[in-house]
Amino acid sequence: MDDTKCMVNLAKFYLGFTVDESCGKCTPCRIGTKRMLEILEKITEGEATLEDLERLETLAKTIQKASVCGLGQTAPNPILSTIKYFKDEYLAHINNKKCPAKECKALLSLSINSEKCKKCGLCAKNCPVGAIKGDREHGYEIDENICIKCGACQKNCHFSAIS
Amino acid sequence: MSDLVKLNIDGIDVEVPKGTTVLQAAKQINIDIPTLCYLKEINAIGDCRICIVEIEGRRGFVASCIQQVEEGMKVHTNTKNVVEARKIILDLILSNHNRDCLTCVRNGNCELQTLAMKFNVKGIEFEGAKTEHKIDDLSPSIVRDFSKCILCRRCVSTCKNVQKIGAIDCAQRGFESCISTVGNKSLNNVNCTFCGQCITACPVGALREKDSTDIVWEKLKDEDTFVVVQTAPAVRAALGEEFGMKIGTNVAGKMVTALKKLGFDKVFDTNTGADLTIMEEANEFVERFKNGGTLPMITSCSPGWVRFIEMNYPELLDHLSTCKSPHQMFGSILKSYYAEKEKIDPKKMFVVSVMPCVAKKFERQREEMKNGELDDVDAVITTRELARMIKQANIEFTQLEDSSFDDPMGEATGAGAIFGVTGGVMEAALRTAYETITGKELKEIDFESVRGKKGIKKATIKIGDADVKVAVAHGLSNARKIMDEIKEGKADYQFVEIMACPGGCIMGGGQPIRSSKERSEYDIRKLRADCLYDIDEKSTIRKSHESPVMKKLYKEYLEKPGSHKAHELLHTSYHKREKYDL
Repeated sequence: MDDTKCMVNLAKFYLGFTVDESCGKCTPCRIGTKRMLEILEKITEGEATLEDLERLETLAKTIQKASVCGLGQTAPNPILSTIKYFKDEYLAHINNKKCPAKECKALLSLSINSEKCKKCGLCAKNCPVGAIKGDREHGYEIDENICIKCGACQKNCHFSAIS
Repeated sequence: MSDLVKLNIDGIDVEVPKGTTVLQAAKQINIDIPTLCYLKEINAIGDCRICIVEIEGRRGFVASCIQQVEEGMKVHTNTKNVVEARKIILDLILSNHNRDCLTCVRNGNCELQTLAMKFNVKGIEFEGAKTEHKIDDLSPSIVRDFSKCILCRRCVSTCKNVQKIGAIDCAQRGFESCISTVGNKSLNNVNCTFCGQCITACPVGALREKDSTDIVWEKLKDEDTFVVVQTAPAVRAALGEEFGMKIGTNVAGKMVTALKKLGFDKVFDTNTGADLTIMEEANEFVERFKNGGTLPMITSCSPGWVRFIEMNYPELLDHLSTCKSPHQMFGSILKSYYAEKEKIDPKKMFVVSVMPCVAKKFERQREEMKNGELDDVDAVITTRELARMIKQANIEFTQLEDSSFDDPMGEATGAGAIFGVTGGVMEAALRTAYETITGKELKEIDFESVRGKKGIKKATIKIGDADVKVAVAHGLSNARKIMDEIKEGKADYQFVEIMACPGGCIMGGGQPIRSSKERSEYDIRKLRADCLYDIDEKSTIRKSHESPVMKKLYKEYLEKPGSHKAHELLHTSYHKREKYDL
């Protein structure tokens, strides 16, 4: 694990697991874990506010103390510890709408560096949704409205012109 | 004494017996801890987490409804942390609840609503996805609205542990958890008996009776229809509760006035139907007893019970009395004898029964409950539905003067009144059977041995030279015990009374719903039962066969109990029923 791992996304991964594994008996775990996951999704999609972060922390602490069993009691741990040690990452997602580890796709924005681009057209050819427009004479551009941030263009570019 | 445990709750020392829960201990010193999934003697599973408290030395919160007291325990029930956590938990429940409160049948009598008010909920903090759910309204008795279910499992415990039917249980897991039936089928197609105990256990509007008030309103407005209403014994002992009156208040007089104000052409008393049932049932018993018929004979007034035996013990259906239940008998008589006498076209007659029961809605539409083409009873509404109609008509129920039931069917006996309580049918039948068999007057007419809340009551009654062994069971788990005894040939009773609901009709699935708190504080069963016993005691005539109405009815129309005519109108048959239609 290094700086290419997004801590918010990591917490979301663990929460996905606990939401799946919750038996549904007690309220905090049954509904609470689902709500925590929803807030994390909001953060990784760049739609959360600072209040959401506060709500997430309050909810996490309640679930920790009020759940019946170990699953619910420990479900909030990944959230609380990532908030404790990597709060800057949460804030980057919320305030700057950026994922420092560049993992949260909704916060990525891909563009073609015209200086590096050789206008070969491989990116446009490999784009699954036809988001890259242009020709070999004038060069290429990514239409952000169509782009699904899958990274196929980036992967196929031989000149590292897309970032 | 070593059996006592000392603890401290909110700074108050209290000593309670070992095994007491923190919730109960707090109650003893008047500390009220809010609850939601807890239901006294039925459901204590600590799953909603509303009743959480702090205990010194414990890391997390503890559910007080299941935590037993320990020596030296220091409990805090009302700290800032606890209250805030409860508020968040309540918020979570509300976030996945269909909050159409204004149009909910439980508006004003909802435990979740009460909690929301108590915690001053002003908005939902944790709004999010909701579980998608449907409405199951296929059964003639019970409607399930999944979107309102809060998964407290009170219905499940009632069905599984009290009634021992297990028609519903929790299915799926996590956020998708829901209360379901076998194969997620409608209640109509599984082993549900329609007793409706789940409805009275539900804290919210997830379970309700199938509403029949619309058709009744419609008929009341139709001038061509002669709308007759009859009210079951147990209704008068509980209807007042819907208007804030004390539990166990006899509101028969006010109820009759209200029904007349609603526009019913005639208001009759099902207690008279009960008297008629006793005439037939006591006669049937005497016949079976004397002539070696199938014994023990089992009563058939409780439609939930009848559905239960049809599903679970079809091989023992011969034991069931062939008598229709009182309101069906009465409906049948109204559309024959009464219609002829009053020169009313029975086709233009609409008979409404007000019942404490939701299974009666199912019974009404049984194929067997007809006389020719005509249904004996055309609509069944519960005590709760009647209360709603009265409220809708803007009638100030508590201010009403008393009036009497309409003649000539008005004079019911005390024996008819106690039909609504466990042991009552047996007691009423014994009063008549005793005098029929011996020809002597019964002096000691209170059969105390068949009264009370014990699940199965057994007694031996000396009738002439013979000892008649009787058993009374209420609640379907107790019914099952008796049926197993009969099946195994271990039962030596001659007469058995069974009612599907614990406590009898007074605690029926159609009766006013009391909150968990009220169920903890009052002995509702006893208060309502006392009301009916009081009516019996104050009645001038306390034996069905002495009723002038009965004498007249048999003289003018039915000839004698068990006659051909009586069989045609007042008796029925049963059939095996599949438990699952999958």
